[in-house]
Amino acid sequence: MTKKKSVFSQELIIAILVIAIYLFIRWRNASFGNYNTLLNILDISYYYVLMGIGVTFPLITGGVDLSIGTGMICYALAGGYLIRFSGVPVWAAMLITVLFGVAIGAVNGTLISIMGLPPFLATLCTCMITRGLGSVCSGSFAIPWPTDTDPTGNGWFHSIFKTTINNDSGLYGALKGSVGALFPMDKRLTFIKAPLGFVWIILLLLLMQFILSHTKFGRYTIAIGSNKEATMLSGVNVKFYHVMAYVVCGLFAGLAAIAYAAYTPTVQPGTGAGMELDAIGGAIVGGVSTTGGYGTIYGTVLGVYVIMLLKNGLPFMGLNANWQQVITGTVLIVAVLIDIIKRRAMKK
Amino acid sequence: MGEVILTMKGIDKSFPGVHALDHVDLELRRGEVHALMGENGAGKSTLMKVLTGIYTKDSGTITYEGKEVEFHNTHEAQEAGIVIVHQELNMVGDLTVAQNIFIGREFKKGIMIDDKKMIRESQKLFEELKIDIDPKAKMSDLTVGKQQMCEIAKAISHKAKVIIFDEPSAALTEKEIADLFNIIRDLRAQNLGIIYISHRMDEIKVITDRVTVMRDGGYVGTLITKDCTKEDIINMMVGRVIYETPKTQSAVPADAPVVLKVEHLNAGRMVQDVSFELRKGEILGFSGLMGAGRTETARALFGADPKTSGDIYINGQKVTINSPEDAVKHGIGYLSEDRKRYGIVVQKSITENSTMATMEEFMSGFLINKGKEKKVTEKYIEELATKTPSADQLVVNLSGGNQQKVVIAKWLVRNCDILIFDEPTRGIDVGAKNEIYKLMNRLTKEGKSIIMISSEMTEILRMSDRIVVMCEGKKTGEIPIEEATQEAIMDKATRDIQ
Repeated sequence: MTKKKSVFSQELIIAILVIAIYLFIRWRNASFGNYNTLLNILDISYYYVLMGIGVTFPLITGGVDLSIGTGMICYALAGGYLIRFSGVPVWAAMLITVLFGVAIGAVNGTLISIMGLPPFLATLCTCMITRGLGSVCSGSFAIPWPTDTDPTGNGWFHSIFKTTINNDSGLYGALKGSVGALFPMDKRLTFIKAPLGFVWIILLLLLMQFILSHTKFGRYTIAIGSNKEATMLSGVNVKFYHVMAYVVCGLFAGLAAIAYAAYTPTVQPGTGAGMELDAIGGAIVGGVSTTGGYGTIYGTVLGVYVIMLLKNGLPFMGLNANWQQVITGTVLIVAVLIDIIKRRAMKK
Repeated sequence: MGEVILTMKGIDKSFPGVHALDHVDLELRRGEVHALMGENGAGKSTLMKVLTGIYTKDSGTITYEGKEVEFHNTHEAQEAGIVIVHQELNMVGDLTVAQNIFIGREFKKGIMIDDKKMIRESQKLFEELKIDIDPKAKMSDLTVGKQQMCEIAKAISHKAKVIIFDEPSAALTEKEIADLFNIIRDLRAQNLGIIYISHRMDEIKVITDRVTVMRDGGYVGTLITKDCTKEDIINMMVGRVIYETPKTQSAVPADAPVVLKVEHLNAGRMVQDVSFELRKGEILGFSGLMGAGRTETARALFGADPKTSGDIYINGQKVTINSPEDAVKHGIGYLSEDRKRYGIVVQKSITENSTMATMEEFMSGFLINKGKEKKVTEKYIEELATKTPSADQLVVNLSGGNQQKVVIAKWLVRNCDILIFDEPTRGIDVGAKNEIYKLMNRLTKEGKSIIMISSEMTEILRMSDRIVVMCEGKKTGEIPIEEATQEAIMDKATRDIQ
């Protein structure tokens, strides 16, 4: 029981760390505390957080998925192309985008669980494949999804992540805005930019954490990561559940693709590589074990926010982008070391 | 016997849930073969691991060649001249014999590895030991016995002053054991100190000068071999523990139905045309040397490894078993010899382990019914007398015997009728061992049927109703308990070799 307590405190430490980093940067540069800055950071974080939630599942099984970054761009390109050039309704394109992610996830899972490829290698290959496929889908052109001011009204999907317009600020404003977004019919409430996406993130976090700790799929995902052989010898259909972990990861890469399309005006083919590392890094900072068998969704989400704060906050302190990479890398090493020390302490 | 070369005094070591060593003493002289004896789980291997730096001791002193020492890893111990020949062989199968012997200290010619010199040196070693092995052969092509000889050659090449043999004879044939003893006598004549760990009473009388006995992680005493009888040693080993009375005749009625029938099972080199029957309420012992193919047979039967051919009938019905999932569906449960690797998920709770094979029963729609899980787990904790503060305890914190009970609970929750116990008491201390025996006898009385794979002759003779003997992947005999003797089993277990 003592162990459970210490694990809990790891996520608590990360939560405190998020607040500490935020306050520290704000102390060095007051403009960081600006409501719009905060909104920007939240906006840019949605797709990273979604990728992070997804990749937590393969990580817990002791694997990894490197294809989520380029995959996300690929799915966004495909979806955008359908809207722009094939006249597919936005809702259908979104569905196809997500299903594309699910399909690539299923490919990853099959390669790893059924064909027996090492996760690193299998997903490295699908990373290359999705990068190429993205360019093929778009004919190598940048594809813009409809903007939120699109005259045809196709930009409605942006409102999934935020509601628009106004300059009220502070927590009160944000709250009012969130409420407003939930009740769009009431015009008095919709006059502020509100991070509705964050509400979705919280809901997804709760849902996936619940799935991880209260369903058979979650239980077996963790068991595969702790001891795949013993799980198999207990008569569990390990192959199926192992594939499913990658399918869930693909699903979230698909969701991330929509968030990405909503955030960036145009989706550029050939990008996306490296984005998965921020998501994976966030999961690891958030206490997901690098060898599998342990991890939480809330840990991952907090971890991704640590990385996002560093990434977007350090420039406010006058540090250039290169330093911010160095610091993020160092934070990751510390997180992995904590994991190793924790495991060693349990063994001795 | 010469002067004292090594003294271990008051060695103490605890692991979570187990007090593995409780102030143990050991003294070794030059030119002596010193037996270290005790039941499984008595702490012999742990003591040797403390000596060679694999484990750190909690307290106590080690004096070697007059100086107090503490080794931090096997490399330091080797440098000082203490080497261990492990029970599990530490060889790299894909390298040659010579490469294995000089691994980590290869001869160099400039920046290149001097393979020729390594082969020459290996040849020299083998000549010294009067054994016939080709240094250029691939290690994985050698028999277990030959691999053991290589392990010994490697130990000697370290200019060892103390050599520890950890159950060297477990995998050897009679002829190979005789060769081994000749080598040990040579080493003794060269004034080396030798620690010999074994279960086999006969060997101890033949080869050793003194015997130190351990029990339950504690030191019992040291005897001079020629002044004591087998019974003296056994009494010291067993202590107060009263075992289940050995079976002298089968407890299975003659008309008991056959619950499992395996016909012409083939799965690679280790399982060749194995057929047997298991009857209701029976304990069918599987005996043989290490590497005889018993575990492989069990794994093929259970669907854990692919089989090339063979039919399996359960209660007279032909069944298809291609995966553990199939086997479990047909009511077969497998308790692995390597519990930590194949049996349990150590970092998870007793509850999660107990219900792992039976998740369906604990689902309310999509959700796991944690209350029901806990209730059932607690029921089995009580029924099997598992020692734990709660059902939430992580399995890693339990002792070996209690971990085994968790695995048994897993299959009982599943309501399996056929249980395969692979080395059921490996790594389990004496008291708990007997509890496992009692439990097995109780299960068969309740109508379960058990296949028990064991390398311990006493265990086989004590528990089985009938004994299947295997050698090199083939079934070489089947002996009813009434006719079973150690000699009869050994004869069949080594039949195909030499």
